[in-house]
Amino acid sequence: MNAEPLDFQPGLARRRRAGRLFTLALTAAGLAGIGFLIVLLARVLWEGAPSLSRDFLANFPSVLNPPKAGVKSALWGTVWLMTMTVLVSVPIGVATAVYLEEHAPNNRLTRFIHLNIANLAGVPSIVYGILGLAVFVRWMHFDRSVAAGALTLSLLIMPVIIIASREALLAVPQSFRHAALALGATKWQTIRAHVLPAALPGIITGVILAVSRAIGEAAPLLMIGALTYVAFVPEGPFDAFTALPIQIFDWCDRPQPQFHHLAAAGILVLLSILLPMNAVAVALRAWHTRRKAWQNSGI
Amino acid sequence: MVLVQGEPSTDDEGDRAMTTRVRWAEQLIRHALFACALLSIVTTAGIVWVLASESFAFFREVSPFEFFLGTRWAPLLEPRSFGILPLICGTFLVAGGALLVAIPIGMGTGIYLSEYARPWVRGILKPILEILAGIPTVVYGYFALTFITPQVLRPLIPQTEIFNVASAAIVVGVMIIPTIASLCDDAFRAVPRTLREAAYALSATRLEVSTRVVVPAAMSGVVAAVLLAFARAIGETMAVTLAAGMTPKLTLNPLESVQTLTGYIVQVSLGDTPAGTIEYQTIFACGMTLFLITLTINIVAHRVLKRFREVYE
Repeated sequence: MNAEPLDFQPGLARRRRAGRLFTLALTAAGLAGIGFLIVLLARVLWEGAPSLSRDFLANFPSVLNPPKAGVKSALWGTVWLMTMTVLVSVPIGVATAVYLEEHAPNNRLTRFIHLNIANLAGVPSIVYGILGLAVFVRWMHFDRSVAAGALTLSLLIMPVIIIASREALLAVPQSFRHAALALGATKWQTIRAHVLPAALPGIITGVILAVSRAIGEAAPLLMIGALTYVAFVPEGPFDAFTALPIQIFDWCDRPQPQFHHLAAAGILVLLSILLPMNAVAVALRAWHTRRKAWQNSGI
Repeated sequence: MVLVQGEPSTDDEGDRAMTTRVRWAEQLIRHALFACALLSIVTTAGIVWVLASESFAFFREVSPFEFFLGTRWAPLLEPRSFGILPLICGTFLVAGGALLVAIPIGMGTGIYLSEYARPWVRGILKPILEILAGIPTVVYGYFALTFITPQVLRPLIPQTEIFNVASAAIVVGVMIIPTIASLCDDAFRAVPRTLREAAYALSATRLEVSTRVVVPAAMSGVVAAVLLAFARAIGETMAVTLAAGMTPKLTLNPLESVQTLTGYIVQVSLGDTPAGTIEYQTIFACGMTLFLITLTINIVAHRVLKRFREVYE
């Protein structure tokens, strides 16, 4: 190395100025998302609130008489769909995660299952709709029923539930398992009595987020042929149905402005289900992270 | 239970029977869990089988040559024509436009979250991003159709059509901001502190540390985040159907209406198409194309993450 004095120009003033501009740009980027959310919510409230009433929840949709239209069938369709989707997807999803984290040997098949689940999580929802159309609607002859819709949505959110549950299980320290096994518990007793309870808050957070995604999905339901105009409430799993996002889509798709007001009111109903669910999930995770002192205490 | 509390058991026979039963139950549970895990493979196999078998029937009627190279898509009107390029063009136009919106804002938010934000700001911004990600796509579609096009785009550029690429690209871009921001944030936070401190010790400013140390060190994560978001934008359905319209055409003009792959599939499913017809089969041929595009992008993203990850310590 030469020890010549370098002609080094720190240019501090210029660099600091660039830094301030950059900070400003980053803050703007961070605020852009919030700004968009505020404008969106304000717009929906402004357009939808006047149409929102008790009648809106109690009436069936009506094409001829928009002021009397409501979301009764859509709301009940969504409730039916969600109940069945949770009943199918949560047990299978959590069981898969338990197998992968607690039992699976590290072999080719296991690695293939991991890769497969990661890829399934990236498959567009409409492709699940095509699968549901071919398998549940046509092949199993469920027709355009709640069951076909719920099974399709279950397949759609299963990867999300599996991935979230695996992370929750992974966060349970090995010492929990060793302690239980050392006392003579079997593998399943260890999982049921110690591992699953410790992982439960994480699993529930993942399940809530996955289900809230399913509630908002319209594309796969359109594929399996959910109807856009239904003037009855489904009474069993094999009845035809509509759902809130489908009803909103139908109203948006009509050119007359009064239907757009109905769509906004429908969105308000949908968001008043979804936003509290998201809030609960986020709060649960925050609470769990704070409580989960074992992770940092080096046990 | 194998373990008996209190008095040591003298009843060896009973103990053994119990042990066998427990072992048997353990095996049963293990097999049941394994069966659940196999379901994910069955799902993939089902998707591939359904798409491939109906597409095969489709390609007996229409030559793959016409399908992949044809420039006119009109499967529902006479004279029929099955060139998928207009749909692919529309899809990439919307998804590319979405990236133009989402990359600067998403990466900026990611850098802000990991390098600049105080913990309490982070604690507020992260959940808000999650809310943004949790809003159903049909709501974004409503917003594009009833607000962005008539209240923002048309006053600015009067020749904008009612259905147009730009409004769809904007809302899809906002939709994928949380994906890019949170994956970038994770990637930046995985860069070891020592790298930053070394740069600060050489009197680099925070801007220089962020853009010349942290971002390059986490480049594989950034690329993977953008690719995953791109795949999501390509598969996006409801917002695109509502905002971009249903006119398949080869164009690069963002103010015109186009049709995407997903938009076409929705259009067919809204009508009542009997199984076995060529219209019904086009759903599967388009679905297959969509599936292959998103799968390729997702696989490349995972490869990038695995192969080019800088491993520290």
